[in-house]
Amino acid sequence: MTSERENPQTLSALDRPNSYIGKTVPRPNLDRLMQGRGLYVSDIELPRMAHAVFLRSPHAHARIVGIETSAAKQMPGVIAVVSGRELSTVVTPWVGVLSHLKGLKSAPQSAIAVDRVCWQGEAVAAVVAASRAQAEDAAEHVLVKYEELHAVTDMRTALDPATPVIHASLGDNLAFERIHDAGAVDLAFAESDEVVEAEFVFGRHTGVTLEPRAVVADWNAAEARLTIYQGTQAPHMVQNIAALHLCLKESQVRVVCKDVGGSFGIKVHIYADEMATYALSKLLRRPVKFVADRVESFNTDIHARDHRCKGKIGVKRDGTIMAFEIDDLTGIGPYSMYPRTSAIEANQVVNLVGGPYVTGNYRARARVVFQNKNVMCQYRAVGHPIACSVTEGLVDLAAMKIAMDPVEIRRRNLIADDAYPCASPSGLRFERLSHHAALAKLVQMMDYDALRAEQAALRVKNIHRGIGIASFIEVTNPSAAFYGVGGAKISSQDGVAVRLDAQGSVICQTSITEQGQGSESLTAQIVGSVLGVSMDRVRVMLGDTDNTPYGGGTWASRGAGIGGEAALQATKVLRKNVLDVASAILQSVPGELDIVNNAVVNVVDGAPRIDLSELARIVYFRPDTLPPGVQPELMATRHFVPREYPFAFTNGVQASWLELDLDTGFVKLLKHWVVEDCGTIINPQLVDEQIRGGVVQGLGAALFEKCVYDERGQLTNANMADYLVPMSGEMPDIDVGHVVSPTLESELGAKGAGEAGTAGAAAAVTNAVNDALRPFGTIITEIPLTPQVILTALRRI
Amino acid sequence: MTATVAIALSVNGELVEANVLPRLNLADFLREHLKLTGTHVGCEHGVCGACTVRVNGDIVRSCLMLAVQTQNAAIETIEGLSDSGEIADLQSAFRERNALQCGFCTPGMLMAAQDLLKQSPCPDRERIREHLSGNYCRCTGYQAIVDAIESTAWARRGRRP
Amino acid sequence: MKASAFAYARATSVANALEMLTTYGERAKVLSGGQSLLPAMNLRLVAPELIVDIGELTELRGVAVKGEVLTIGALTRHADLLKSREVAAHAPLLKDAVAHIAHPAIRNRGTIGGSLAHADPASELPACMLTLGATIIARGPGGERRIAANEFFVGIYETALTPQELLVAVELPVTPKNSTHFFHEFARRHGDYAIVGLAAQASIRDGRFADLRLGFFAVGDRPLLAESASKLVDVAITPAVLIEAASALDDELDPLEDQQATPAMRRHLAKVLLARCVSLLLARPDLGAGAPA
Repeated sequence: MTSERENPQTLSALDRPNSYIGKTVPRPNLDRLMQGRGLYVSDIELPRMAHAVFLRSPHAHARIVGIETSAAKQMPGVIAVVSGRELSTVVTPWVGVLSHLKGLKSAPQSAIAVDRVCWQGEAVAAVVAASRAQAEDAAEHVLVKYEELHAVTDMRTALDPATPVIHASLGDNLAFERIHDAGAVDLAFAESDEVVEAEFVFGRHTGVTLEPRAVVADWNAAEARLTIYQGTQAPHMVQNIAALHLCLKESQVRVVCKDVGGSFGIKVHIYADEMATYALSKLLRRPVKFVADRVESFNTDIHARDHRCKGKIGVKRDGTIMAFEIDDLTGIGPYSMYPRTSAIEANQVVNLVGGPYVTGNYRARARVVFQNKNVMCQYRAVGHPIACSVTEGLVDLAAMKIAMDPVEIRRRNLIADDAYPCASPSGLRFERLSHHAALAKLVQMMDYDALRAEQAALRVKNIHRGIGIASFIEVTNPSAAFYGVGGAKISSQDGVAVRLDAQGSVICQTSITEQGQGSESLTAQIVGSVLGVSMDRVRVMLGDTDNTPYGGGTWASRGAGIGGEAALQATKVLRKNVLDVASAILQSVPGELDIVNNAVVNVVDGAPRIDLSELARIVYFRPDTLPPGVQPELMATRHFVPREYPFAFTNGVQASWLELDLDTGFVKLLKHWVVEDCGTIINPQLVDEQIRGGVVQGLGAALFEKCVYDERGQLTNANMADYLVPMSGEMPDIDVGHVVSPTLESELGAKGAGEAGTAGAAAAVTNAVNDALRPFGTIITEIPLTPQVILTALRRI
Repeated sequence: MTATVAIALSVNGELVEANVLPRLNLADFLREHLKLTGTHVGCEHGVCGACTVRVNGDIVRSCLMLAVQTQNAAIETIEGLSDSGEIADLQSAFRERNALQCGFCTPGMLMAAQDLLKQSPCPDRERIREHLSGNYCRCTGYQAIVDAIESTAWARRGRRP
Repeated sequence: MKASAFAYARATSVANALEMLTTYGERAKVLSGGQSLLPAMNLRLVAPELIVDIGELTELRGVAVKGEVLTIGALTRHADLLKSREVAAHAPLLKDAVAHIAHPAIRNRGTIGGSLAHADPASELPACMLTLGATIIARGPGGERRIAANEFFVGIYETALTPQELLVAVELPVTPKNSTHFFHEFARRHGDYAIVGLAAQASIRDGRFADLRLGFFAVGDRPLLAESASKLVDVAITPAVLIEAASALDDELDPLEDQQATPAMRRHLAKVLLARCVSLLLARPDLGAGAPA
């Protein structure tokens, strides 16, 4: 698919000879990581650095009767033992609400619990010692007396009058409720030939970043300045919030983010223990390091996706989908997470259900309730896997009911590729999507008809395979509509500064961050392409609030689309400035000159005129030789934020091909396909790898991942041996294809690609399992699809 | 008796002498004492594979070995394998195939991959996936890693894939 | 997640190790491969006062065949077993089983003695010992003790060893020439602990089992040498016979509940394994589908 551009002139910056845009080029600086010479927060050591360990509540809900620290304070190496009350003199509590999520409420949360703990794993005291081991030794000698309180664990009964209210001041356990009603839902169901209902159940899971959360906080009392080394996706957000709650000015806080060992949304939040670490550094006037260990990670990294969603679909016998209706319930733990809140996920579910389809009849209710479990918040593809699994599950159930092929029912209901701009039933505005082109491409890539024939042939031999299809939409490039309008100090704009150094190389500072997606690479590709220099001449700096423009960072699939556009615009300015200087030096005019391969050349014949290194030498060292009145500006800064659309929606479709062992309930994934449309593709390989990595996280949700809590609110599988994530042996090869519909909101035309894989993978697998189960008259709408779940559904056990 | 124990060992070909507490594991010894931070710690209970190093030529989980157990042993870390050039082709294949994103699993992954290629010069994809089955990667979905190892195996045998 | 402090002693001989174990008793732990002990220590689930490192007792490492007996030293690593020609020739079941133990880096450190002494009911080697009729050799203050495998495993992480004893070797009767074997386990992911597993050895005559030993694991608090195997010996196996054997097996099982499976699921999977084992060993695909109800 091609896109008409209003101003073809502006395309030249990207389509120039030697452009890196649309090309697979290796990411710069990978050697550092491959040789073990990266710098992750866990690697950082500072002089006089101490180690913090948090003593954590063994109870899901309890009153803290007393904390006895004297024995611990006497232990070798101990520097301090600090309770929540003591720390509250340094850091103020917070409440995770946003004003645009109307009615969202939460209670004040402290860096370390004061008086009461509300989930198993909440910190009750900090021990700071010369080493982590010594701090752990001492933590065993901190005696906390608890009075256990009733733990609210089941989201289904959290709102019952008989259930205790976790935060009395809030009146009830309802954090947020949203109701949406569009079109004529009752009429549509009445006019449907078939109405199908199901309840979809999702396992609570978490991100399991391979490097746990880690922070080194360094309060320099003489400078009155706090430097925070943290693997965060949003350095400026951390800066703002650390300053706010430590009662500092933003200028007194610097956040430095070097290499980050995985994030996936886990590292975009403000965690209580991280705030406590900042505060401990300030309190103790020395650097303090906190690295969550793996058990702490499971107990305190945000969880996500704990939803039970009832869904209903009405369909005509000709396949026309008449209406969707959902009733979603989710339990978020005892607090709404700060500052992004824990209502966004359910809100997204309401936003996204039915999104790919034409019908405008849609009713939804989402309720977000408090419970005494670890907090839930935004993890990769926030809400999308829920919405996609519900929508695509319902569509398949409807297709099954009217005996229509799953591909065919989608063909008959997906929004037409020429219907844009238009809006979803929940009111989301779509600039341009490509559902039909994507589905056609998917069907061709997987050779759908041949696969169906193979499936039928194998079924005769008692081999049961399934094909599952899942169309999806994805929210990317969020504007201020996501957080800013609700009062959060989370920037939706990003900035890039580019400058020519004295040898004609480029230094680029960007406010987006790198966690392995390739932010550095895509920025260098854009800068190199637009300016006309080779990528090895572009050095990209990110992750430092002292040394980058102000911006949001990397989350919500926004880095390429927003930060990339800022890089493009900044580089265009630099290019113009360079050509202005060149024309002054060469006594030419800018229009006759171009920059190609690190040199200024003639537009007409491409003849080299002056190397950029020579130009830089003149500008920086011999400005006296320039014509009078010429003041070169070899540095340019631009910022960008989408203004026309609140979000740049992308779309795509996935398919899963798997084999089900009816005797054991084991699922073997044989193959997975994805076609997605993220607009302009800057680096095809990086996009494909984002898709693949995202798919596998979705496959984890489909088959393996679940935080298992008991009825007392104890997380029973908080270790890597018991919490299963996908491993190489069980994962299939994943074929990725693309349709390209650039957004016209930016010159670059890029939308996000980081979450598309995760959005639809579980839905595709669930639909495939149900496809394999079809002869056996059972349907499963619960993930993870463990052997236990499958054998139970088959009534084998 | 919880006092330090003197050990002497070779790390990346250099003789190292140290006094270590018995409870110090090899991963922490390498990282904190020798500042070889390429050996990563992802779980500390022997599951994730990020801390994989070579001890006397065999890959092991350095979080599941005490530093005191390395008396007279020859340890090789990712820094050593990189500097010797032993895995330069593998690293190059990882780069070309973007077989790493955040890079945290990568040193352990390279260790496991090189171990496989030494034992089995022409592993098929299933064999590769099996050999990596103890190394977590949360970013890539593994396919790029398998591709990079497969292409390195082909290249080492002097053939094109 | 750092281990509690402990004292460390590198044993210089078996006698030296036994001296320390005698002095410290339950306050000491023997460090062999460390692949189960060290995770538990890092998680502070165990905090021994003294670690007795037997890693340098090279006399405990190795595989030897003498007459009809295969002797495997306690310090023999899983990786050694995989590579051993003696094991491949004389205990091929063991070789198949070892390939299912965890991952290469774990197999390079973990030892057979450590695995048996740890006695995790979900691990492979204890069940193999039952199937293969192993004798476990322990040394203690009173000298050497030979313990039949079926008397060695007494509960979850519990064996017949006293805290003063050291497992030094296992002896296996050399597998008869005409015997055949089956090893399979159901694990969620490659290298994970089994949900249910079966290590079987058989001799077959005229399409019937002349002998059949079925060592199940992860079906109770210890590995199980199924007596119900006898129902399949010296009879023509029909679906009805298999059902009867499965029913007898069901009576023998006492599975536990954990993250991966309920007891009911373990019972079901054990029966699936039984059917698959019989089907494969007898080359009778007709018997292999489903779990004999």
